[in-house]
Amino acid sequence: MTMPILELAGVGKTFGGVQALRQVGFALREGQIVALIGPNGAGKTTLVNVVTGAQRASQGRIVFRGTDVTAQRPFQAARAGLARTFQIVQPFPRMSVIENVMAGALFAGAHARVADARSAARDELEFTGLAALAQRPASALTLAGRKRLELAKSLAMRPRLLMLDEVNAGFNSGEIDGALALIRRIAARGITILIIEHVMKVIFSLAERVLVLHHGELIADGNPAEIAGHPRVIEAYLGEKFARRVRELQANG
Amino acid sequence: MAYLQILVNGLVLGALYACLAVGFSLVWGVLNVINMLHGSLIILGGYLTFFSWHSYGINPLVALPAVALLLYAIGYLIQLAIINPIVTQPVLTTLTLTFGLDLILYNFMTVYYTATPRRVTLDLGIVDLGGIVMPVDRLLAMGLALLLTGLLYIVMRGSRIGWAIVAVRMDRDAAALMGIRVERIYAITFGIGALMAGAAGAVFAMVYPITTNLTGTFLGKAFVVCVIGGLGSVPGALAGGLVLGIVESLAGQLVGPQHALTVGFVLMLALLVVRPTGLTGVRGYE
Amino acid sequence: MTARSWHYFLFGAWVLALASTPLWGGNYVIRLAITIAMYSALTLSWNFIGGFTGYPSFATAAFVGLGSYAGALTQNAGAPMLVAWLIATIFAGAFAAALGGIILRLKGHYFAIGSIGVVEVARLVTASWGSLTGGGDGLNVAFLPGGPDVVARTFLAAMIAIMVAAFAVTVAVDRTRFGFALRCIQQNEDAADMVGVNTTRCKIAAFVLSALFCGTVGAAYASWTGYIDPNESFSLLMTIKVPVMCLLGGAGTVLGPPVGAAAFTLLEEFFWANFLDYNRAILGAVIVILIFFLPGGLLNIPRAWSRIAGRRRSRKAPA
Repeated sequence: MTMPILELAGVGKTFGGVQALRQVGFALREGQIVALIGPNGAGKTTLVNVVTGAQRASQGRIVFRGTDVTAQRPFQAARAGLARTFQIVQPFPRMSVIENVMAGALFAGAHARVADARSAARDELEFTGLAALAQRPASALTLAGRKRLELAKSLAMRPRLLMLDEVNAGFNSGEIDGALALIRRIAARGITILIIEHVMKVIFSLAERVLVLHHGELIADGNPAEIAGHPRVIEAYLGEKFARRVRELQANG
Repeated sequence: MAYLQILVNGLVLGALYACLAVGFSLVWGVLNVINMLHGSLIILGGYLTFFSWHSYGINPLVALPAVALLLYAIGYLIQLAIINPIVTQPVLTTLTLTFGLDLILYNFMTVYYTATPRRVTLDLGIVDLGGIVMPVDRLLAMGLALLLTGLLYIVMRGSRIGWAIVAVRMDRDAAALMGIRVERIYAITFGIGALMAGAAGAVFAMVYPITTNLTGTFLGKAFVVCVIGGLGSVPGALAGGLVLGIVESLAGQLVGPQHALTVGFVLMLALLVVRPTGLTGVRGYE
Repeated sequence: MTARSWHYFLFGAWVLALASTPLWGGNYVIRLAITIAMYSALTLSWNFIGGFTGYPSFATAAFVGLGSYAGALTQNAGAPMLVAWLIATIFAGAFAAALGGIILRLKGHYFAIGSIGVVEVARLVTASWGSLTGGGDGLNVAFLPGGPDVVARTFLAAMIAIMVAAFAVTVAVDRTRFGFALRCIQQNEDAADMVGVNTTRCKIAAFVLSALFCGTVGAAYASWTGYIDPNESFSLLMTIKVPVMCLLGGAGTVLGPPVGAAAFTLLEEFFWANFLDYNRAILGAVIVILIFFLPGGLLNIPRAWSRIAGRRRSRKAPA
C-alpha cells in the first residue's frame, strides 16, 4: 500500500486545564476527499491548527508525506504543501484580489519572480471564477467572494493537502452548490481534501470518508452511510436521551 | 542601615515616579496613544505652581488643585478637538501628532518662562527617624504623590466614569455597544492624564528644580514605569514607579549616579523581552 | 511614462539639484543639501522596517550613533576614511541582526518602546565607557585636509552617494518578492505566516537593512564634523524626526522618504531662519496640520483630495 499523505498518531492538545484533542489517530490517502465533522467545540479547528503548526500538539506525532512535522511552524507547513482556509477569512486588507492570491503563489507556491506569481495567480482566479474582480481591493468583496479568494490563495500555494474549514458557513443553497462544484474540480487536480463541515448535503455528496470528532476524540471513521447510522455519532449530536429514543424507534420498526 | 536609607530614598523617588507616570500609562492603555506631550504637561504644572507661589505668594498646596483642574481642562480640549479625529490611526501617526503638539507647548513654555531652573523652596527642615534622614519637603512630596495616586485609584474603581474608562480600555467596541460614549471617555481620560501630569509637576516643583530641559527626562521615566508596571492600571504604575525608584537608588549607590539611568533602561529592556505586559501581568486592571 | 519611470526621473532630477549646489550656492546652501541628503538616507533606511514592514522603530539614533563611534574609532586607529565607513556600516548591521532576534518578537507599541530603550542604553553605555569613547567629553576625529570648500564638496558627494545607494536598495526591495513579503507582514502577520512567509527571517532582514545606511551616515557625519559626543550622536530628537519625516512624505513608498526628508528639513530651516523664537512651535503646528489632513503623507495628496471632494459631493446630494 502506498504511503499515506497525512498520518496522525496519538495526537493530543491541552489548553491549560482543557483537553481539546485526545489520542487522535488516522491516516489520509492521497487523492481522498474526507469530511471532518462533529458538534461545536469538538476540536475540529484545533486539529487543523495543530496539523499546520498554528498550534503545537501536546502529545503525539504528525507525519506529512513521510516527514515528521509535529513541531513545524505555519510557514514551513505551507511550503511543504499543506494549505488551509479559515472560518473567519484573513485577507491582506489593503491588497487587491490578485495580489492576495499572488501572496500564495510567491511563498508557499515557490514562484521566485513576481511576474511568474502574477500569472499563476491569474490562473487560479480564473479557476475560482474571480477573474473579473482581480483589481478590486480584497476588503470590497462579499462574503462569498472572500471565501473564493481564500480558496484561490490556497490553490496558488500549490498544496498537496488542502484543509477547508467550513467554507460553506453563511451560504445559501445555490451558493453551496457552486462551492461543491468548485471543490470537486479542486479534487480533480489531484489535491487531497479534508473538509470540516456541518452541512449534510456537502458531506454526503462530496466525501468518500467521514471522520467524527467529539470532545476531542475520534469516535467514528467510515463512509457516510456507516456514519449516519453509527450509534455513537447519533449520541454525540442528539444527546443520550434522544439517541436512546431513536434506538427504541428503530427496534420497534 | 545604609541600605535602609537607600531603600527609603528609593521609595520617595518611586512614589514621585509613579505619580508622574500614571497619567501617561492611562492614556496609553485606554486610548492607545503614546502622549509625547506628557513631559511638557508635567513641567507646565510645575511652572504654574512655581509662579503662583513666587509672584502671588500662593501656597503650593492650595495651587495644586487649581493647577490640576486647569490642566484637566486643557487635556480634555486637546483630546476632543485635535486628537480624537485620528485616535484610531496607528500608533506612529498619533505619536507624531502629539509630538507636534509637544513642540508647540515646549516652545511657548521656553519663550514665556525661559529655561531657568525654578523651584518652590519650602523650608520645612529635616526629619531623622532612627538613622534615616529625610528632608521634610520630600516626605511631603511623597505623601502628596501617593495621595494623588490613591485618589485616582479610588475614582477609577469607585465611580461610574472610572468603570466606563476600564470598559473602554478592555474593549472599545463592546463598551460603545453598551451605551458608553467612547469619545467622551477618551476626552475624560486624556484630561485625567493631563491632570495627573500637572499635579505631579506641582509636587515635583516643591522639591526639585524644574526646567523645560527636563521634559524629555520625565517622558523617559514615564515610559520605563509603564513597561515595568504595565499599561493602563494605577496599581501597575505604582508598582512600576516604586521599582524604578528603588532600582535607581540602589544603582546610584552601587555603580554611581551616572549609571543609575542606564540600569533603569536595561531593566526596562529586559522586562520587555521577558514579560512585555509588565509586572501586573495582563493589560489588566486588578 | 510608467509610475516607476517617474520615480527614477524625479529622484534623478533631485539628486542633480542637490549635487549642483556647489555651482550656484554658498556654504549655507551646500550644508543644507548635505543635511537633506543625510536625512533622506536615514528616512529611506527607516522605511524598510517602519514603512514596508510596519514595525514602528525608533532605533535609528542607535544605529547612527554606533556608526559614528565605530567609524571615528576606526579612523583614529589609522584606517583610511572609507574603510572606516565600511566597518561602521557592517557594525551597525551586525548590531541590528543581534538585536532584531530579540526585539522583533514584540509588537506595536512595545516594539516602539523597546527601540527607544535601545537608543538610551546605547547612549548611556557610550557615555560611561570613557576609556574607549572619551565619555561625555566626546571624541575628536581628524579633519579632512583641503580646506572648507573641498570638505563641503566631498561630504556632499558622500551623503548623496549614500542616499542613492539607499534608494537603489529601496527600489530593489519594492519590486521583488522580499518587498512583497514585508508588505504581507505589515498587513496581516499571521496570514503571511500561513501563506509561507518566514516572518522572523524577513523582519530581521528588514531591520538590518534599516541599520546599514544609518551606520554609514553616522561614520560619514563623524568624519565631516570632526567631533562627536554621546548626546548628539544618539539624539532622541533625530530618532523621532526620521519616522515623522518618512510619515509625512509617505511611508512604505519609494519616493515618500526623500520627499518627506526634503520637505521637513526645508521647512525647519525656513522657520528657524525667519521665526527664531517660535520656530519649534511653527514646525509643530505644521506637523499637526499635516497629520490631520494627510495621514497618508504628502505623496497621497491626490487620494486625500478625492476623499475630501467625495465627502463634499455626497453632502450636496439631494435628500
